[in-house]
Amino acid sequence: MKNRFFRSRRKPLAATLVIAAGLLFSGGGYAVATSVVETSATEYTAEQISEGRKLFLANCASCHGLNSEGSAAGPSLIGVGAASVDFQVGTGRMPGQGSGPQLPKKNVQFTDEQISLMGAYIASLAPGPAIPEQKYLEATGDATHGGELFRINCAMCHNAVGAAGALTEGKYAPNLEGSEAKHIYEAMLIGPQNMPVFNDANITPQDKNDIITYLAYLEENPSAGGFELGNLGPVAEGLFLWIFGLGLIVAITVWLGAKSN
Amino acid sequence: MSTTVETSKQGGALAATANYLDERAGVGGILKNFGRKVFPDHWSFMLGEVALYSFVILLISGTFLTFFYQPAMTEVIYDGAYVPLKGAQMSIAYASSLDISFEIRGGMLMRQAHHWSALLFVAAAGLHMLRVFFTGAFRKPREINWLVGFMLFILGMAAGFTGYSLPDDLLSGNGLRIIDGMIKGIPVMGTTISSFLFGGEFPGTEIVARLYGLHILLVPALILIFIAIHLFMVIIHKHTHYSGPGRTDENVVGYPLMPVYVAKAGGFFFIVFGVVMAISATFTINPIWNYGPYDPSPVSAGTQPDWYIGWLDGALRLAPSNLDVSILGYTYPFGVLIPLVGSLVFLGLVAVYPFVEAWVTGDKREHHVLDRPRNAPVRTAIGAAGVTFYGVLWAAASTDLIAVFFQMSLNHVLTVMQITLIAGPVVAYIITKRTCLALQRKDREIVLHGRETGRIVRLPHGEYIEVHEPLDKFEMYKLVDFKDYRPTVVRPNKYGKITVGTRMRAALSRLYFEDRIAPVTQTELNEAQSHDHSPAVSAPAAQDQLTK
Repeated sequence: MKNRFFRSRRKPLAATLVIAAGLLFSGGGYAVATSVVETSATEYTAEQISEGRKLFLANCASCHGLNSEGSAAGPSLIGVGAASVDFQVGTGRMPGQGSGPQLPKKNVQFTDEQISLMGAYIASLAPGPAIPEQKYLEATGDATHGGELFRINCAMCHNAVGAAGALTEGKYAPNLEGSEAKHIYEAMLIGPQNMPVFNDANITPQDKNDIITYLAYLEENPSAGGFELGNLGPVAEGLFLWIFGLGLIVAITVWLGAKSN
Repeated sequence: MSTTVETSKQGGALAATANYLDERAGVGGILKNFGRKVFPDHWSFMLGEVALYSFVILLISGTFLTFFYQPAMTEVIYDGAYVPLKGAQMSIAYASSLDISFEIRGGMLMRQAHHWSALLFVAAAGLHMLRVFFTGAFRKPREINWLVGFMLFILGMAAGFTGYSLPDDLLSGNGLRIIDGMIKGIPVMGTTISSFLFGGEFPGTEIVARLYGLHILLVPALILIFIAIHLFMVIIHKHTHYSGPGRTDENVVGYPLMPVYVAKAGGFFFIVFGVVMAISATFTINPIWNYGPYDPSPVSAGTQPDWYIGWLDGALRLAPSNLDVSILGYTYPFGVLIPLVGSLVFLGLVAVYPFVEAWVTGDKREHHVLDRPRNAPVRTAIGAAGVTFYGVLWAAASTDLIAVFFQMSLNHVLTVMQITLIAGPVVAYIITKRTCLALQRKDREIVLHGRETGRIVRLPHGEYIEVHEPLDKFEMYKLVDFKDYRPTVVRPNKYGKITVGTRMRAALSRLYFEDRIAPVTQTELNEAQSHDHSPAVSAPAAQDQLTK
């Protein structure tokens, strides 16, 4: 009995079974981990969806396709969720004007009402990330934890306090100053443009709240040391010292060395 | 005995004190010597002073910081005033730096004053060095003092770097990591040196205390010694001066130390102090609370060293990153070794330049009258090439910020900088040399024919001329008083051989002096004046021409 059991481990079928079990386990686990994509929290009415579709057809369809299936000019929007619409249109990045390595933030082109209608239409196409709940956007979390998460996950592109940073080929991580809590949350959720996705399994909603809390603290409490020189670090400090510090002192030496008339 | 009593009665307490000191310490003799030292007046002679005063501010503010800073890497939980770090785990070094910033009275001001004056110290020293270079103040007898000054610049960088790492924040920790990487890149013994320095694997628990020892003890002591030697040599050599009436290589024209320069320099110290304090009170520098405690995993965007280390960071960024060669089980990372060796070679060239130039010109005379940069075109051109090389490396340390703020591609910025690093110095050399020669020609023209006044006069016979105004003596001195060198000729030595050294020297000498504009001679001037019928002006300096 014992021998038969051990022998059976060497049969080809056993190997297949083990691999199948392993795949099922890891793949299933992965599916569970990544399926934390929220389906729309709010139910939209058919009227909202059809109004949203009208706006979509008038403003977005030329690039994203008549049925949001995407085209050479713009990606498919099926499954991107209301959060994507709210972020991209709500920060003025969409509708895009001109092509480039990255679409810049600009003046918002639509009212909040219109943005929400377009979001309703996109959310109706397939389940996708929804607009975050208000309770995670109040900046009431743990700033210390948020700061740590920010330094580990965000600062390598956005700079230690979110003052912007370069990516390759003209792409960049924008300055976060003045960003709305909702948009910060949505950006982590959907990973717009060149940003990676930080889903709820990776950074939980409470963690996202902590990060928002940290950024809100920085915005409300300017540097205790005086003017911040853009928070750009030693380059800005060196430029300032050479131009204004040493510049002023050299001007004084010229004054001291000038012959009296 | 009786005379002493009399003096004190006549002059009061001040005279009595002076007499007391003179009888015991010979102050009178010292003052007589030092007080009569003459210094010429020119703004560019005050740049070294700025560096000296910044160093004094560094000593004062640094001493204050040592009262509160603790160089230990033991981990603690922060419970201070800065909210977004409350409860975070960090080293004692970082916690005490935060306490200095937020809880010690005047701590923030002193920390910022220390950092701003450190930036100013190296900047003023660098500018002073450029002044010395471009005016030829390093020539005999000051070559050794150039080396001393060079050492001070290096020590300034060392002091800055060791201090930069002390707060143990994320930014400085990343800087240390880069240094660790560079050390580990040294073939064969890199890893050993790194473990020796860090007391094991990076970052370890030793490095902050070690850097602290270097930063507050060894490096400042060396800087003080070198400053003492530097100033002592200035006293021995006397200061240089720009050419002007009565100014020669045998004298120095200016005001005495006592009372003019003691008052002027003393006042200037307080001006520098005031500027540093005003900046420190209004502008944030190194906001360590933003960077967070050191942790080897994260690296923030915009991680740069202070400006004086920037050129080394730039060299690392510009070097090709895919040049790892493996020989006999050792990896030679040329992306690290090229910048390492390249920057050492660059510094070496800066250090030995005075000796190279002395060898090329073969000039053994003492020089106390400074050159106008245009009158030494090749030296000025070499300097411009060096400044361009350094400047490109320096700018390369901020490729990421240039890309973001000028909306360019980071990759393109890097490529352009790589090309400029090679081509820039060559272009700068050619443009500078040609500009100098053109300016010399212009000077020559002005000396011989005077300044154009723009007044057109019609002569009785109908000819129109523009009236040229002759120069006054002071201007004339400035324009004609410079040394004229000619290329050395290759001659066999006493054994009748022409050595490689002689040939090299002749080739370099040709490079230096092939294109040259000779200073105006007295004969030429007389000739020009008789032609112009303008009032006679004599050429001030006899032109001694070096024909070797």
